[in-house]
Amino acid sequence: MNDAFGLPNSVLVLGGTSDIARALVRELVGGGAKKVVLAGRDATGLAAAADEAKEAGADFVATLPFDANDVDQAAAVVDSGFSAVGRVDLVVIAVGLLYDDEADERDPARVARCVTVNFTWPAAALSRIAHHLREQGAGRVVVLSSVAGVRVRRSNYIYGSAKAGLDAYARSLNQALAGSGASVTVVRPGFVRSKMTEGRPKAPFEVTPEAVASDIVKGIQSGSEVVWSPSAMRPIFFVLGLLPQPVWRRLPL
Amino acid sequence: MPKTARGEAAIVTKTAISKDAPPTPASAERTLSGWGRTSPSAARVVTPDDVTGVLASALLAAGPGDGSLKPGVIARGLGRSYGDAAQCAGGIVVDTQNLGRIGAIDPESGEVEVDAGVSLDALLRAGLESGWFIPVSPGTRQVTIGGAIAADIHGKNHHADGSFCSHVTSVTLDTPRGGHEVGPDADPELFWATAGGMGLTGIITRARVSMRKVETSWMRVDTERHTGIDSLMDGLVRVDGVNRYSVAWVDCAATGSRLGRGILDAGDHATAAELPAKRAADPLAPPRRRGLKVPNLVPPRIMNALTVSAFNEAWFRKGISRTSQIRHLGGFFHPLDAVANWNLLYGRRGFVQYQFVVGDEHRAVIPQAIEMLQKAGAPCTLAVLKRFGPGDPGPLSFPIAGWTLALDLPVGPAGLRPALRRLDDIVAGAGGRVYLAKDARLEPEMFSVMYPRLGEFQAVRRRVDPEGLLQSDLGRRVGICEHAP
Repeated sequence: MNDAFGLPNSVLVLGGTSDIARALVRELVGGGAKKVVLAGRDATGLAAAADEAKEAGADFVATLPFDANDVDQAAAVVDSGFSAVGRVDLVVIAVGLLYDDEADERDPARVARCVTVNFTWPAAALSRIAHHLREQGAGRVVVLSSVAGVRVRRSNYIYGSAKAGLDAYARSLNQALAGSGASVTVVRPGFVRSKMTEGRPKAPFEVTPEAVASDIVKGIQSGSEVVWSPSAMRPIFFVLGLLPQPVWRRLPL
Repeated sequence: MPKTARGEAAIVTKTAISKDAPPTPASAERTLSGWGRTSPSAARVVTPDDVTGVLASALLAAGPGDGSLKPGVIARGLGRSYGDAAQCAGGIVVDTQNLGRIGAIDPESGEVEVDAGVSLDALLRAGLESGWFIPVSPGTRQVTIGGAIAADIHGKNHHADGSFCSHVTSVTLDTPRGGHEVGPDADPELFWATAGGMGLTGIITRARVSMRKVETSWMRVDTERHTGIDSLMDGLVRVDGVNRYSVAWVDCAATGSRLGRGILDAGDHATAAELPAKRAADPLAPPRRRGLKVPNLVPPRIMNALTVSAFNEAWFRKGISRTSQIRHLGGFFHPLDAVANWNLLYGRRGFVQYQFVVGDEHRAVIPQAIEMLQKAGAPCTLAVLKRFGPGDPGPLSFPIAGWTLALDLPVGPAGLRPALRRLDDIVAGAGGRVYLAKDARLEPEMFSVMYPRLGEFQAVRRRVDPEGLLQSDLGRRVGICEHAP
């Protein structure tokens, strides 16, 4: 069960090898979470993340392989995640892949794959997660969105629009869950220095996975629907949102 | 009877079903939280109108689940537990509000049979008509008999009279293994497990309570102001020897040499002879019905370090250094009832109450706790200090002889949660424990250290509830409910 501060005892992470997910698990386990299920694609990465969770103090850690390209299996993955611990207090969806749009935009198959991994699979999984949380009468989902989805920009619009879809879906699901005891928190990190962004140049307001994790934990505790990380992203994107499209297109973002 | 519920109901109570089963009670899906308004969860709330077959009819009313998750069931009274004791996420909550019969009070022994949903407010009003008062009274009258037994509540007279269940002569319990009538001499094991068992041994439907004879509804109260924690604690020890009731309010905002300053109230029921002339006409006048209500629109974060210390300063100055007076028992026992829904003042995130007890030899933990919370930047709106006498035999009953401090803490400051975890270590290290009726955050490892007789309690549970049907969010969280989903 979640405690009075909204912090969980059991956690299911979909996309458990991502740097943000790993930092979040470390922080949650440090704060008292005991049961962790890590689902992901890369078996070696999962094993390393599992060791890390045990080291941080988790009593029970299980791993679960899945492929986010396989939409038909999304519900089954969620079901196995729930049955591994019985009751899940917090589900984290950290599934996603950054695509290099310049090359991808001319390749329909890659566009489809980007949308599948970043939107379709998470949306299907969320639908099944919502079913379980309704049945439990309690629980929270943290969905990793991105500022890239807040106002989609020319330089990564395939990824950005998939995240925009997920962001809207997750926030609407939170409204749909009102009164069920369950809720959704959408996280919008800025540029995160992690293995997903390896090799990319330094960006303004860059954050570390640890900083995002700590913002997420604060957001969970205050029951926020949307968490910006860093929080300065919120006013910045408010202003950016007001720019006329021709100006927005020409900005070097 | 719904087809899919048949299997489960058959396990539950053969007797209740073979008897004339009561009509299916009303039920609705609702989100529930405790008085502190933290950790809400949704459940199917069933409101039976009759004490017979409560458990069986609740399971029927809740309808079939898909079988993947054991639903769990717990009783709920007036929702005054601060945390998640009277909620059962995804399961069934039996609301006892319609179980409200009060029997006749035996004029000789003062014993009365009452339904579980009767509030202490209703019972004391009924009792005062013939000069009987409830044996133990917490800080509010808005608690049901079922809740009073399940939490084995204590009051300002614990040092003299023990906790509530010491004044209960029998309890009618509906368990998944049928109905039981238990008492200190009839299945004492199940009776004492139920005392402080947080509803996890069955649904309490009725009880016999021994009332206390009083001549008036007024209290003779001595008030003392103390400028530091040592003087306050010494004062409590001193007044306990001569007064049935005692309690101290502590100013948690004061620091340095004034740390733990406070106001001590001690007293006993006033006799008819002690009443001033203007009160003598109606010596058993009942408490006034409360009039004040917190409006729905409360500005956020009004409970902050600044308002808290201003409030405490004013409260401290209001108390005169030494005085004796006659006060109505309503104001003396139930100051919290002056404003109906005062918990809304804490805003959306609510508050936690941390109440712990430590033995006499560990009295230093009291100022240490106050200081720790100050250093963590967590303001404490209200703190109440009192001494306990010896505990009763309940394996999960809270009181043990020594000192108990209850701290109301708004949720919000980042330092609060880690500070309370450190405080858990100190309290457990001193052989103490926190009170489950107030708790919303204790972790299972710490719970089993603080309540070493958990195994004994679980053995009783296995006898009356081998399938583990009785569950609450609290029981799941701290690990009382074994293998609970």
